[in-house]
Amino acid sequence: MKTSDAIIIGAGSVGVPTALALGELGIKTRVIDMHPSPGQGENKHAIGGIRATHSDPGKILICRRSLEIFARWEKQHGDNIEWLKGGYAFPVYCKTDETTLKKLLPVQKKFKLNIDFLGPENLQQVIPGINRRGLRGGTFSPDDGSISPLLTVNAFYRRAVDLGVAFHFKERVRNIKIKNDNVIGVKTDQTRYAAPIVVDAAGPFSAELGRTVGVDIPVVPDSHEGAITEPVRPFFKCMVVDIRPGPGSKNFYFYQNLHGQVIFCITPDPPIIGTDKGETSVFLPQVSARIVHLFPRLKNLRVRRTWRGLYPMTPDGSPIVGRNRQVNGLLHATGMCGQGLMLGPGTGELVARVIANQNTDDDQMVLEEFSPYRKFEGEEVLK
Amino acid sequence: MTLKRITQHPILEIPVNKEVIFTWNGKKLTGYEGEMISSALFANGIHIFGHHPKDNSPQGLFCANGQCSQCLVIADGLPVKSCMTPLAEAMIVESVEGLPNLPEDDAEPRLQSAATKEVDVLIIGAGPAGLAAAVELGKFGVDTLIIDDKDRPGGKLVLQTHKFFGSVEDSYAGTRGFEIAAILEEEINKLESVEIWLNTTAVGVFSDKIIGAVKDVQNSCYRQIKTKKLLIATGAREKMLSFPGNTLPGVYGAGAFQTLVNRDLIKSSERVLIVGGGNVGLIAGYHAIQAGIEVVALIEALPQVGGYKVHADKLKRLGVPILTGHTVVAAGGKNKVESVTVARLDQDWKVIPDTHKTFEVDTVLMAVGLAEVNEFYLKARKWGMNVYCAGDAQEIAEASAAMFTGKIEGLKIAQSLKLTVGEIPREWDQKATILKSKPGPTVSRKQPVREQGVFPIFHCYQEVPCNPCTSVCPVDAIRTERDEITGLPYIIDLDACTGCGSCVAVCPGLSMILVDYRDDPEHPMVTLPYEIWRERVEVGQKVPVTDVDGAVLGYYPVVKISTRRKYPGTLLVKIKVDKKVAKAVMGIWVQEKQREPSQLYEKELPPDDAIICRCERITAGEIKAAIRDGVRDINQLKALTRVGMGACGSKTCRPMIWRIFQEEGIDLGTVTDRVDRPLFVEVPIGILAGAQGGDLSENK
Repeated sequence: MKTSDAIIIGAGSVGVPTALALGELGIKTRVIDMHPSPGQGENKHAIGGIRATHSDPGKILICRRSLEIFARWEKQHGDNIEWLKGGYAFPVYCKTDETTLKKLLPVQKKFKLNIDFLGPENLQQVIPGINRRGLRGGTFSPDDGSISPLLTVNAFYRRAVDLGVAFHFKERVRNIKIKNDNVIGVKTDQTRYAAPIVVDAAGPFSAELGRTVGVDIPVVPDSHEGAITEPVRPFFKCMVVDIRPGPGSKNFYFYQNLHGQVIFCITPDPPIIGTDKGETSVFLPQVSARIVHLFPRLKNLRVRRTWRGLYPMTPDGSPIVGRNRQVNGLLHATGMCGQGLMLGPGTGELVARVIANQNTDDDQMVLEEFSPYRKFEGEEVLK
Repeated sequence: MTLKRITQHPILEIPVNKEVIFTWNGKKLTGYEGEMISSALFANGIHIFGHHPKDNSPQGLFCANGQCSQCLVIADGLPVKSCMTPLAEAMIVESVEGLPNLPEDDAEPRLQSAATKEVDVLIIGAGPAGLAAAVELGKFGVDTLIIDDKDRPGGKLVLQTHKFFGSVEDSYAGTRGFEIAAILEEEINKLESVEIWLNTTAVGVFSDKIIGAVKDVQNSCYRQIKTKKLLIATGAREKMLSFPGNTLPGVYGAGAFQTLVNRDLIKSSERVLIVGGGNVGLIAGYHAIQAGIEVVALIEALPQVGGYKVHADKLKRLGVPILTGHTVVAAGGKNKVESVTVARLDQDWKVIPDTHKTFEVDTVLMAVGLAEVNEFYLKARKWGMNVYCAGDAQEIAEASAAMFTGKIEGLKIAQSLKLTVGEIPREWDQKATILKSKPGPTVSRKQPVREQGVFPIFHCYQEVPCNPCTSVCPVDAIRTERDEITGLPYIIDLDACTGCGSCVAVCPGLSMILVDYRDDPEHPMVTLPYEIWRERVEVGQKVPVTDVDGAVLGYYPVVKISTRRKYPGTLLVKIKVDKKVAKAVMGIWVQEKQREPSQLYEKELPPDDAIICRCERITAGEIKAAIRDGVRDINQLKALTRVGMGACGSKTCRPMIWRIFQEEGIDLGTVTDRVDRPLFVEVPIGILAGAQGGDLSENK
């Protein structure tokens, strides 16, 4: 039987950078995924936005680290991952939203985030053509940005392979094997692998995976749709997030990538629970009506392709990261609630430090916030 | 400058059009109102429509069918597909140089979405299959909607100027394609329960069983359609080959060429080479010559052409060399095609060194096979819809077969709606199979020894599904072997022939003549069918007369020229010939001199330079490198290289990518195919939002 120090289940936004981080520490790692290549689960459905401007400290810290990794990747490793430091803008059109966003600024600044509330004139500089009617301004965080999820996961994958990580694709994990409450490996549809540590990076399938060892992980997938347009000459580059609710939806957001293509996504309300990934007829008319209202000149931009992916949701909208207390050797790095791409690299390093027993003080704080055993109450303001 | 328009054509009438002035990059030009912008540009000799943002490579027309986005231009400020956008007076048309600018139009559109259209049957595609199905459904009063992205029904029938094969009773054999389109259109218009939306492009089939479509070109609106039964009759798209220079403007599909020449009456080139000896390529060659365009050669990789022998023979008689066992090695030219190099292949499909020939041409027509347009069908199946499929979308075959499968699927749908349509005749399936059948081997046949009286000679040496000659004989003297539609025709009694010539006039293969010894047994009169430059054939003139394969038998005088009312495009030319050649006569030589290729081909371009993904400009070399790196998932290949990420959604590159995997010796069973997603054609955000302007009245 093939043996390693750790097995990661899932070669996606979290699993691959975790493998990379373990590889960097010289921990012999194996990654198993049911898809045919890296990032073919939900990673490829991400639109690519990366921000540290959250409102909970744990997420801020983890994403700030992810941003460093993304921003330096090309220089360090040579692969272009299409990192674009375009910033994030949250335009506001009503007093309540303005107050909400302004209230977050002190926490965000405490964690050294570069963010400010811009007046309408300044915001229009950042988003030329945004609807001025009723615009009160909005927050702008210029150090946030975007990457290509597709190129990034493949770049991380290549680096992990170079560091000796073994990847097994088109292989489905049947269950985690335990002996006396200790992890001893996993069983797949093809064979068995031995390892004293298993990392659950299974995203939408974590609950199912947990059940194989009697562990209850509160991850419930819901689905979101996204789309990409034809490329036009770049004229804005920040992610624009409209936090107002609309018919059948909460917020929606979009940015223009390095190729000049605008990528967008919407949060359905109520959420659409389940693992159905079939593109619906509802999404494009719904989101388009909101886009042309917020940013009228996009009306002439043509949509090229649309897709639907899953958010592994937790009850409070924060990730689940940390050791399982019931099964020794089982770690969770899941429930990213649609933010796996931006949380992935920071989370990967955190998990690697947990496995190597190299936790820092900050890590302790983050692990408490992301604990599988927290109360799961409330919800982050800036979800 | 004289416009590159076809001003006379042996088959097609030249309509009168309204001229409009438009500008191209600031220069005033003349075009026809309502013609596609691409055709207006071609008429003005403009073939380069812009330059690609990635490598500044010249871009031009490719599919002429609204599928590929290669022909993008800026019209009145917006990027549009020039092959699908009609020209209007004073239109400002510009080339797309790199990425287009999105106009800074900040007016908020007024939104009003139309209600979901509900029908019993939706047919996507108003080509031969879709129209034939609609006729059947209409007969039973089934509530049917047909949508089609073109401005007239008929699909590719509209482009076909030749007479159809098949049988008279089932599939309009002997009638020309564009005439069949008109007949079907008329039938549809009589059916009250059938509605047709032209200029309506289906863009997606969604998991909630809704079909999304963009209706109308100007003032377009987005419509969602809910249907009990869906029939996919979307036809086929042309395949492409990998060779250096394969994306130069001037390399395009034979179908695109027929659109330019036969639908839009554009003299799109001076001199072409055709790649591919199937019926599409052979017919395109014939259409080229009818349009006054020189065909330097037709090449075919196989040892023999795959299309009907009668089509190949027609081309040979017109003086077109058919080079079998040849492939295209490269297209040359700086900004557009200036030459093409071909070479001989060995048994293992490898190019034989020093067999290269280079022809000076301005166009390379690709006719290397068709692929089903099946993305709608596959999605509908995936979503568990009640979906049917007919015509080329079901299986690539002739249009006559498409009409038949359309009829069958139409009746099946009527049956599934619990209508009493009776049994679908069992022999229909058989007939459909026969109409789809590949041509048989070439056989030799004995011609009659008799040298007196009058009788037909059949220069028809291959079994194909075709029998109109049997239907038109007034004395019922022509039969086919075994009385089967694929059987070779013969005359049952030489004495029975009255010499009326109907069989010569109807024959779609132009492979029948009449020999008449009655006036002068030493110099019999031969009647042959002729469909090219009628002004070059005059009574009293001596013309080069050829045998079936194009070998000149001699120069003989034309005695009489006539036509039949039913077949005005086919001249019946009576020529007095020598007795010794009479029965061998079949055609009149047209291309007077053949173009000699040059043997010079010094710099062999690396085949890896060939572009596979035209939209994103990804080369064969890049794809091979990824495969050699271990990539076995086309989705990963896409993630790494952007192959298939462009506007067309991998419509052209997909089969080429699979071929590279195969050439690299990869077990295709280990390769994961790409995931296809809507939209299948790009749609503006404003239209999807329900921006005002659409015609919501739904007039027929």
